[in-house]
Amino acid sequence: MEIADKLALNKFSVDTIPHLKIDQEKCHPCPHKNCTLVCPVSNYTQEGDRVVLSWEGCLECGTCRIACDQGSLQWQYPRGGFGIAYRLG
Amino acid sequence: MEEKFDAIVVGAGPAGTTAAYLLAKAGLNIILLERGDYPGTKNVFGGVLYSSVLNRLIPNFWEEAPVERHVSARQWYLLSPTDALSFGFQSQEFDSPPFNNSFTVLRSQFDRWYAAKAEEAGAFLITSTVVDDLLIEGERVVGVRARRDEGELYADVVIAADGVNSLLAQKAGFREELKPEAVALGIKEVIALPTAVLEERFHISGDRGLAMEFFGEGATKGLEGSAFLYTNKDSLSLGVTVVLKSLFEKKEKSVELVEHFKSHPVVKELIKGGELREYQAHLIPYGNRTLLTGLCRDGLLVVGDAAGLVNPTLYYEGTNMAMASGAMAAEAILAAREEGDFSQRSLSRYQQRLEQSFVGQDLTQYRGLGRLMEERPQLYTSYATLLCRLAAEFLAVREEPRGMRERAMAGRVQKEMPDLWEAWQTVRRWYET
Repeated sequence: MEIADKLALNKFSVDTIPHLKIDQEKCHPCPHKNCTLVCPVSNYTQEGDRVVLSWEGCLECGTCRIACDQGSLQWQYPRGGFGIAYRLG
Repeated sequence: MEEKFDAIVVGAGPAGTTAAYLLAKAGLNIILLERGDYPGTKNVFGGVLYSSVLNRLIPNFWEEAPVERHVSARQWYLLSPTDALSFGFQSQEFDSPPFNNSFTVLRSQFDRWYAAKAEEAGAFLITSTVVDDLLIEGERVVGVRARRDEGELYADVVIAADGVNSLLAQKAGFREELKPEAVALGIKEVIALPTAVLEERFHISGDRGLAMEFFGEGATKGLEGSAFLYTNKDSLSLGVTVVLKSLFEKKEKSVELVEHFKSHPVVKELIKGGELREYQAHLIPYGNRTLLTGLCRDGLLVVGDAAGLVNPTLYYEGTNMAMASGAMAAEAILAAREEGDFSQRSLSRYQQRLEQSFVGQDLTQYRGLGRLMEERPQLYTSYATLLCRLAAEFLAVREEPRGMRERAMAGRVQKEMPDLWEAWQTVRRWYET
């Protein structure tokens, strides 16, 4: 089962304003791009030499926040009531 | 909304709700802030709630709380990529109240029930509200800034129960950033299975439940951590927990971890016919981070996961410690209130009580074991596989004298697992002191 199919089972209330932001200038020289591996929903993908993020399926776990040691990720919780809403957590 | 409260609790998980419940019960004017649209929607744990603290606060809580099953049977598995070596325990004693204080629970239901208890006691619960910052005057925390109109809230004391990422205490410079070796990623799936099938498959009935833990290459792909499978009423909580440092170094894709575990022949049989209902991920404080420091400031207490209060070695105890810390924070606040002194010195009663309690003592004692396990990656890679291999050798039926085979096996243990012996010695010494 692909991650997209798994996430389709979850309940999200997606905000139009992203709660995550990448500073491409700081991200660019990162030698490991660990965020593309460690995110449990594969929110980060490498496209050419850029890391692109989608925040819609974010589970707000914070793994990327710790993986990013370049200071290029602006991480905050989504606005109150938005984001993942677990029903069976 | 510029009203002053006796205390502001940030986060309606087990730690924050416990504190809010006790303080409201004592007659204080409490506001409990939660970023989810109701308590529990942002929370994940493996699935077994240890409830010795809760049962002291709300005796026989299981009669009204939404619990799934009480855990009266446990099993531990060592998994090679294809094989399994296991042992288990079940107890009749665990089948009667208080059920060994172990229940499988779905947090979205349980946390909601628990926060409603705090509301009943008089706490003022506000959901869908993120707290972004502490309000600080001089050295003293005087309130919080919530991300909403007129979001500045003031109180004599703030309890940061904002979970493992503990952004509040970090932002205020009171706690360090989490280190990859001191935090684990838990990925969990809730898999529906008809009750009749589930009970027959796991040999349980009535309200009885089973908790299974898995170690080795077959469980975690060789990463430091473990996997688990717990029985709910009509679903399974299944997941993998790995230390971030190990995940970063081995360059494994975390989306593949649960799939890898579920593809093990033993696990595959256990979940056969099951239907995925939800996919979850959450961080867990893990082991030897700087513990029990920086938990009190002038006007601030840090509790639960935000304070790193999880014992990840052997017992996977977090929610019970969270509730214990919430209760001790409440006691410290009540004492501080009598003196009219919410300084760090006064609130440090909380830290002292915590250190003396089972929470502080267990975390200190198990830190050594945690380090020992961290220093021996082979415990998570080759050992389970080797032990499965030895079991296969031991059981193999061949035309060959058994004595010869047994000597060869002993030789392998000495040669390939020298530190298993050493670890055993350490555990012995540690129990003797």
